[in-house]
Amino acid sequence: MAKKLLLKSLVVLAVLTLVAAGCGNDDGDDEVVAAFVYVGPPGDAGWTWAHDQGRQFAEEQTGATTLFVESVPEVAEDFRAVVVDFIENEGADIIFATSFGYMDPMEELAGEYPDVVFEHASGYKMNDTNFGNYFGRMYQPRYLSGMAAGAITEANRIGYVAAFPIPEVLRGINAFTLGAQRVNPDVEVHVTWTFTWFDPAVEGDSAAALIEAGADVIAMHQDSTAPGLAAEAAGARWVSYNSDMSEFAPDAFITAPVWNWGPYYARIIEAVASDSYTPGAYWGGMDDGIVALAPLAADVPADVAAEIDEVAAQLTDGSWDVFTGEIRDQDGNAVVAEGETMEDGAMLGMGFFVEGVVGSATG
Amino acid sequence: MSEAALIGLFVATVQFGTLVFLAALGELISERAGVLNLGVEGMMAMGAVSGFMVGLETGSPWAAFFAAAAVGALVGGFHALVSVVLGADQVVSGLALTIGGLGLAAYVGRNVVGERPETQFTDLGIAGLADIRWFGEIFFDQPPVVYLTVGLGLAVWFVLARTRLGLALRAVGESAPTTDAVGHSVMALRSGAVMAGGAFAGAAGAFLSLYMAPGWTEGMVAGRGWIAVALVIFGAWRPGRLALGALLFGFTLALQPRLQSFDIELLGVEVSRISPALLGILPFVLTVVVLVIISWRYRHRPSPAPAALGLPYRREER
Repeated sequence: MAKKLLLKSLVVLAVLTLVAAGCGNDDGDDEVVAAFVYVGPPGDAGWTWAHDQGRQFAEEQTGATTLFVESVPEVAEDFRAVVVDFIENEGADIIFATSFGYMDPMEELAGEYPDVVFEHASGYKMNDTNFGNYFGRMYQPRYLSGMAAGAITEANRIGYVAAFPIPEVLRGINAFTLGAQRVNPDVEVHVTWTFTWFDPAVEGDSAAALIEAGADVIAMHQDSTAPGLAAEAAGARWVSYNSDMSEFAPDAFITAPVWNWGPYYARIIEAVASDSYTPGAYWGGMDDGIVALAPLAADVPADVAAEIDEVAAQLTDGSWDVFTGEIRDQDGNAVVAEGETMEDGAMLGMGFFVEGVVGSATG
Repeated sequence: MSEAALIGLFVATVQFGTLVFLAALGELISERAGVLNLGVEGMMAMGAVSGFMVGLETGSPWAAFFAAAAVGALVGGFHALVSVVLGADQVVSGLALTIGGLGLAAYVGRNVVGERPETQFTDLGIAGLADIRWFGEIFFDQPPVVYLTVGLGLAVWFVLARTRLGLALRAVGESAPTTDAVGHSVMALRSGAVMAGGAFAGAAGAFLSLYMAPGWTEGMVAGRGWIAVALVIFGAWRPGRLALGALLFGFTLALQPRLQSFDIELLGVEVSRISPALLGILPFVLTVVVLVIISWRYRHRPSPAPAALGLPYRREER
C-alpha cells in the first residue's frame, strides 16, 4: 500500500511539473510529439532503460519531440491522469505505453481521443483506427543465448532465475533450453521462481541458491543485475537480459538477449507524421532487429559461435524458427510434431516446460 | 539436497536475519521509549541510497555504512520533530516518513540507478575458524556487518536492561508524565531513541545496498522495513526474542528460492511444491499468530507492549 501511495504521489508530482512546464503549449503544429509512459525508472539498466534508449534513438532519427513520465503505476486512474495531461497540455500525437497493465485504460482512452495514436507494448488489444500493440520475439535471441550457455557449462546444469510463470517467461525458458540442448544434449535447466519483477536481494539470493545446488551458469528473466553479481562472486557464468550488462560482471558475462526498440518507434513516428499510420499487432523478430543478441564472451568456442551466426541468419531470413518439432514437454509428450512449427497463437499462450527443464511451469 | 545447498540455506538465513534484525533493533529502541515509527521502510531506502552513493564517492564500505547510519538518524529526526516535539499522530507521521523517504530516495538516487558498485563488504573468513566443516561457513565467514550487528544486539540489551539510561528509556515508554516528574526530559529521551532507531534502519539499508544486492534501484528495500516492524511485535519488545524471530524470518526468506530446488517429502507431501509466493507471506502470518498468542497469554496481565506506545506527550495536558 505504501508503495502505491508513494507512486501516486510521485505521479502527481510529475504531472504537476509537466503542467507547469507545458503551459502555453498547444497542438496544431506540424511537428509530431511522441509521449512515453514508463513503468519503472529509465536508469534501471533493464526494461525501461531499453525503451528509453529507443525513445532517444527515435527522437534523433525523426526530429520529433519526445516526452516521458517514469514509474507510472499500472493503475487505471494514474495512467489516465498522465496520458490526459500529455494530450491536453503537451499536444501529444502518439502515446507509447510500455507495460502490460496499461492495456484496459489505454483502450478506453483510444476511444475518447480518436485523433491520437495509441501504441501498447506487450498487450493484445487494438482497434482499426488509432490503437495498436507491439512486442518482440525475444525467444529467438534467447535460443541463441542458450546455445552459448550450453557450450560454456561444464556441470551441464544451468540455473534460470525467473519472475512469474506467465507465457512470455515460459517461452523464453523453453527457447533458451532448446538452444542449450542443440549444442549440449545433456544439459538441464533448473528454474527458480522469484514472484517479483524487481527485488534485487531475492534475485541475487536465488542465483546463489542455484549455484549452491550445482549450476555453473545463471540465466534470468529479471530486470536487475543482482543475479549477475551473485554469479560473478561465486565464480559462475551469466547470461543477462534486456541489455548488454557485461560491465557489471565482466568475468561472468557470456552474452544477453537484448531489446532494440528504436527502429520501431522511429517507424511509427514517421507513419504518424506522414498520415499513413494504421494500427497492427506487431510481433517483430530478429528480421526486424527489435530483438538481438549481445556480443559473445571470448571463451565461447569458435565452432559454436559460428553455428550461432548460422542460426541467427536462419531466424533473420525466416527459413527456420525456434519452436519447430519435434518438441516434447517435461512429461515426454510430443507438443510439436516432427517438421511442424508452432503457430503464433500457441506460442503466445505457452503454458508448459520442454523436456530438460527442471521446475514447475505453474510456480 | 547437497551439503553445499544446505550450508547455503543457513548462510543466507544469517544474512537475511541480520538485515531485518538490524532494522528491527532500531525500531525496538524507539518503541521501548514509547514512539511507534512506521517509517522504517523509508529510512532503510534513504540509508540504502546514501550508503551506495557514499560508497561510489569514497570507495570505502565503512564510510558508506556510517554515512547511511547518519542519514537514517537525520531522517528519524524528522519523525522525532513531528511526533515527539510537536506531538502529532505517530502513525500518520511514520507513514509519511515511509512514503516520503521512498520518494526522496528515488529522487536523490536518480542518477546512480543501475550504476556499477565501486565498493562492497566482503566475507571476513576468520582465520582458523572459517575452515571448520559446516559451522565455519555459516558463522565465521560472513561480512563484518553480521558480527557488528550481533554486538549491537548485545549492547542494546545491556543498555536497556542494565543501565540508568535504559531504565529512563523504558520508563518514558511506560509513562511519560511519571518520567517527566522524576526530572528526565521526555523530549530528549524519545527524540534520541527515535534517531538511534533511524541510524539502525539506515545502516540496515546500507547492508542491503553494499552487500546483499550491491547497487541502488528504486524499490530495492522491497517491504523489509515492514518485516522489521512486524518483527518487534513478534519479539514481544525484547532483544533476545527479536534475535530468534529475526533468524526465523531470515530462514523463511532464505527458504523461498531454495525450497524449489530441494526434493523433500514430509509426511507424504512434496514440500518443494509449496509455492514460493505462499512462503513469502509466512513472516506476516507468524506475526499475527504471535500477536494472538500474546493477547491470550496476557489476558489477565498487562501486555508486553510499552504502555505509552503511540501516545504523544504534552506537559500541559497532564
